[in-house]
Amino acid sequence: MSTTFRPESVEQVAEAVAWAAAEKTPLEVLGRGSKRDFGRPMQTGHGLELSALSGITLYEPEELVLSVRAGTPMAEIEAALRDKNQQMAFEPADLAPLYGGAVGAGSIGGAIACNLSGPRRIKAGAARDHILGFQAVSGRGEAYKSGGRVVKNVTGYDLSKLLAGSHGTLSVFTDVTIKVLPAPAKTRTVLLHGLDDASAANAMQRAMNSAHEVSAAAHLTAPVAAVARVPGVADAGSAVTALRVEGPGVSVDYRCAALRRELADLGETGELHTLNSGLLWAMVRDVHPLLGKPEATIWRLSVPPAAGPRIAAQIDLGNRALYYFDWAGGLIWLALTLTGDTAADAGAARVRGALAADGGHATLMRAPAALRAAVPVFQPQDAASAALTARVKDSFDPNRVLNPGRMYAGI
Amino acid sequence: MPEPDQNVIARREVIAAALRAIVPGEGVIVDPASLRAYESDGLTAYRQPPMIAVLPETTEQVTKVLRYCHDNRIKVVPRGAGTSLSGGALPLADGILLGMGKFNRILDVDFANRCVVAQPGVTNLGITHAVAHAGFYYAPDPSSQIACSVGGNVAENSGGVHCLKYGLTTNNVLGLEMVLIDGTILRVGGKHLDAGGYDILGLMTGSEGLLGVVTEVTLRILKSPETARALLLGFPSSEQAGDCVAAIIGAGIIAGGMEMMDRPAIHAAEDFVHAGYPLDVEALLIVDLDGPKAEVDYLIEQVSALAKASGAETSRASNSEEERLAFWAGRKAAFPAVGRLSPDYYCMDGTIPRRKLPVVLGRIREMSVQYDLRVANVFHAGDGNLHPLILYDANNPGELQRAEEFGAEILKLCVEVGGVLTGEHGVGVEKRDLMETMFTEIDLKQQQRVKCAFDPDALLNPGKMFPVLHRCAELGRMHVHHGQLPFPDLPRF
Repeated sequence: MSTTFRPESVEQVAEAVAWAAAEKTPLEVLGRGSKRDFGRPMQTGHGLELSALSGITLYEPEELVLSVRAGTPMAEIEAALRDKNQQMAFEPADLAPLYGGAVGAGSIGGAIACNLSGPRRIKAGAARDHILGFQAVSGRGEAYKSGGRVVKNVTGYDLSKLLAGSHGTLSVFTDVTIKVLPAPAKTRTVLLHGLDDASAANAMQRAMNSAHEVSAAAHLTAPVAAVARVPGVADAGSAVTALRVEGPGVSVDYRCAALRRELADLGETGELHTLNSGLLWAMVRDVHPLLGKPEATIWRLSVPPAAGPRIAAQIDLGNRALYYFDWAGGLIWLALTLTGDTAADAGAARVRGALAADGGHATLMRAPAALRAAVPVFQPQDAASAALTARVKDSFDPNRVLNPGRMYAGI
Repeated sequence: MPEPDQNVIARREVIAAALRAIVPGEGVIVDPASLRAYESDGLTAYRQPPMIAVLPETTEQVTKVLRYCHDNRIKVVPRGAGTSLSGGALPLADGILLGMGKFNRILDVDFANRCVVAQPGVTNLGITHAVAHAGFYYAPDPSSQIACSVGGNVAENSGGVHCLKYGLTTNNVLGLEMVLIDGTILRVGGKHLDAGGYDILGLMTGSEGLLGVVTEVTLRILKSPETARALLLGFPSSEQAGDCVAAIIGAGIIAGGMEMMDRPAIHAAEDFVHAGYPLDVEALLIVDLDGPKAEVDYLIEQVSALAKASGAETSRASNSEEERLAFWAGRKAAFPAVGRLSPDYYCMDGTIPRRKLPVVLGRIREMSVQYDLRVANVFHAGDGNLHPLILYDANNPGELQRAEEFGAEILKLCVEVGGVLTGEHGVGVEKRDLMETMFTEIDLKQQQRVKCAFDPDALLNPGKMFPVLHRCAELGRMHVHHGQLPFPDLPRF
C-alpha cells in the first residue's frame, strides 16, 4: 500500500524519514509536487509531501532576509515580496506548466532543490547563490541546520549550496532562509531584429561586455519569436534578440539609449517598456515558447555562452527542433520532435555529442517516463565524479531512501 | 591540534626522499631554518613549523604527493599565500605543508565568455591585472588582495567590501580542477553556469582545505563600472548610522560598498593617513556607489537626503576619483592604523543582522571595560560583517589570553543576536572551539560526514574547523528502530 505522508512539523518529517530509513523503504520527496516529472522516474513505496509545512516565518525587508517553511508556495512568497518592492533576484522559473501543472504551483523547497534560476542568472546567480541557510532532515532521520540568516558567513561547510540542486536526494528541507533584494524601479528591453544565431551571440556578447549592466540577454529564433505573445516580438516576422536593462529610471533611460547607439550597426532597434518586458522575460524564463507541442521532448543545455550558436548548429536537427538562447548564449532550450535516429535516445547522442568540444551539460527536462528511465536525464558523470557523488549521497542518506534514482540510477 | 604521531616524525628522512622522487630539485624543504617561513599564516599567535614543506609545480606532482601521503597515512596542510587570519594554513609537526605558490600562471583570458582560467597561486589582484587593459576586473576584493592567492580565496570563500552587490568568491567561481587526498583528479564546472550534479563547486568554496587541493580555477570577470563616487557621512551615534544603512536599503539602493567605523577606528585612521575624516562624530559611514554615471549621480542625491534624515552631521560627496580614494584611504588603512596604537591587535570577524549593530557595539564597549582592553570597530555595514580590533600587548603576561577570551565573547554575542562566528576569515584553528555555540552535535556530525566522503582518514588539514574529530566509521553508524508504520498523528492521504 502506498502512502503519502504530509507532515505538519519538523518532528513529523524526522519521524517519517527515520521510519523509512529503518525499513529501507524509499520515499518520494516532494514540495508541492509541481515538478514530479523532472528527473528519472522512481520506484518509491511512499511519498513525503511538504505542503503542510507552509508559511513565512520571518521577513525583514531592511535586512534583505526571508525565512520560510519549505512547502510555502512560490506565489505566496512573491506576493509578500511585491508588497515591499522586493524580489528573489535569482528569478526562479515556474516549471509547473512545463509538466502540465498550473502556474505558480511550486514550492520554495522545490525551487531550491532544483536550483532554479531565470534570465537574471547571468548577473544575479541561481537559487544556490541566494540561500543563506536551512533546516532539513537527513536520510538518517535527523533534523539539522546549516548556514544562517546573514549574507556573509563562512562558518562551516556551505551545505546550502550542496543541497541546492540535489533534487531532494540528500535531505528534506523543512525551513529555508534566502537573501531577497529590491525590485528594480524600471525595466526596459532593447530589441534587435533578424539576426542569425552567430550574429545574435556576438551582439549579446557586445552588450554583456559593455558597462551597461545588462541583466538578461536572449535570442529567440524566428519560429520561437513568432509564438511569443508579446507585441514587438511575435509580430516582428523574424528572429528577435532581447537585452534587458533594469534600475533607477534615469539610469535605465541612459543605458538603453547607449546600447541602442552602440548596436546601431546591427540594424534598427526597438524597445519594450516595463509591462511587455515583464511578459517577454517570464516567457523566456518559463520555457513558454516551447510548450505549444505537448508531445515534444525538451532539453536544457548550459554551455559557454560564446559556444552556444556552434553547439546549436552541430545538433542540427533541422525542422525537428525548435530552440532559443538565454544567458547571452549560455543556455539553450531545445524542443525535439522525436523521429528516426532520435526516437530511441531522445536525441541524447546528438545533444550531448555537441558539448564535447566546449564543455557544458545537458538535462532532459521533459520526456515520457520510459525515455527518462532509459536515457540519463542529467549529464552523465565521469568515474571520479560518480564515485564522489555516491559517497556524498551516503554521507547524508546511507540507506538511500530519499528520492533514490531521481538524479542518477541508485543514488 | 591532534597529537603529533611520533612514528611519522621518525620516518621524516624516508618521507622526504620519497617526496623528492616526486618533486625534484628545491621543491622539498626539510631544513629547520627554511621551514620557519611556513610556521604560521596571518594569525601569528599560532606557530608550528611543518615536518616537511613540498612545493609542487604540476597537477601530476600534487596527485602523486597526495597519493603518497594517503597511502602512508601522512597528514597534509595545503597553503596558498599564507594570509589566512584564522590559522587555516597552520602546519602540523607530523604533517606535510603543501605550498601551492608555484602554481602562479594565468592559463586563459577569455573575454568572449567573460572568465579567466588561472592556477591557484595567482594573486587575487593578479586576476584583475590580467584583464584591466580591456576594462574588466575580478569582483571579490579581500583586503589582502595584493598578496592572497585565488586558491586560498576558494578555500576560505573570501569576501571584501563589495559583497552585497557583487557576491563572495563562491558567487564568482565557475570551475575548478581539484585533487582529492587519494590522488583522484576532479574537474567541476567550467566556462558554463551551474556545474551539473551535486554542487561540489559550492561545497569546495569555503571548505578551508579540508576536502581537496585546488589546482586550477575558472573565475567570472566583470566589466568595470563606468564610474564610482563615494559619500562620507558622520553621525553622532552608531544607532543613527545604522538607521541610515537601513534607510538606504529600504529605499531599494544596493551600494557597491558601505563601510562603518566607530570613534576609535576613525581617530586611528585619521592620525595615520590624514584622510580628512571628521573627528567629532561617533560613527563614520562611507557609501560607495558605482555604475553608469547617470545612476551614480542620481543615487548620490538620494543617499545624501536619506543620511540627512537619519541625522548625519557631516556629509561630503566625492567629486573626483582622487577624492573618492581619499575617503577610502582611511578605511583601507584602518587595520594598520589601529596597529599603531598598540604593539599587537587581534582582528575578529563576526557577522550580525545589521539592525543589531548598536546593541552589539554597546556590549562590546562594556566588555572592553571588563577585559581592560581597548577595541576599535570597523564594519561592512552592507552585509553585517563586523571586525572588532582588540588591542593588546603580547609582552604583558596574560594579555594575549585575555584578548582571545574577549574575542570569543564577542563572537558568542554575534551568534546570540542571530549572526555567525565568521563572515569571511574562516573557522580554522581560531574559532574551531566555538563551533558548538552555533551548531548542535548533530549539525557538526553531518558536516563531518561530508568530510568523510572526501577524506575518510582525516588526513587533509586535520585539526581545523571541527572541535571534536570523530572517526568516519563511528559517524557512519546508524541507530535504527524498526517497527510498525509509526506516528498515528502524522497526516497522510
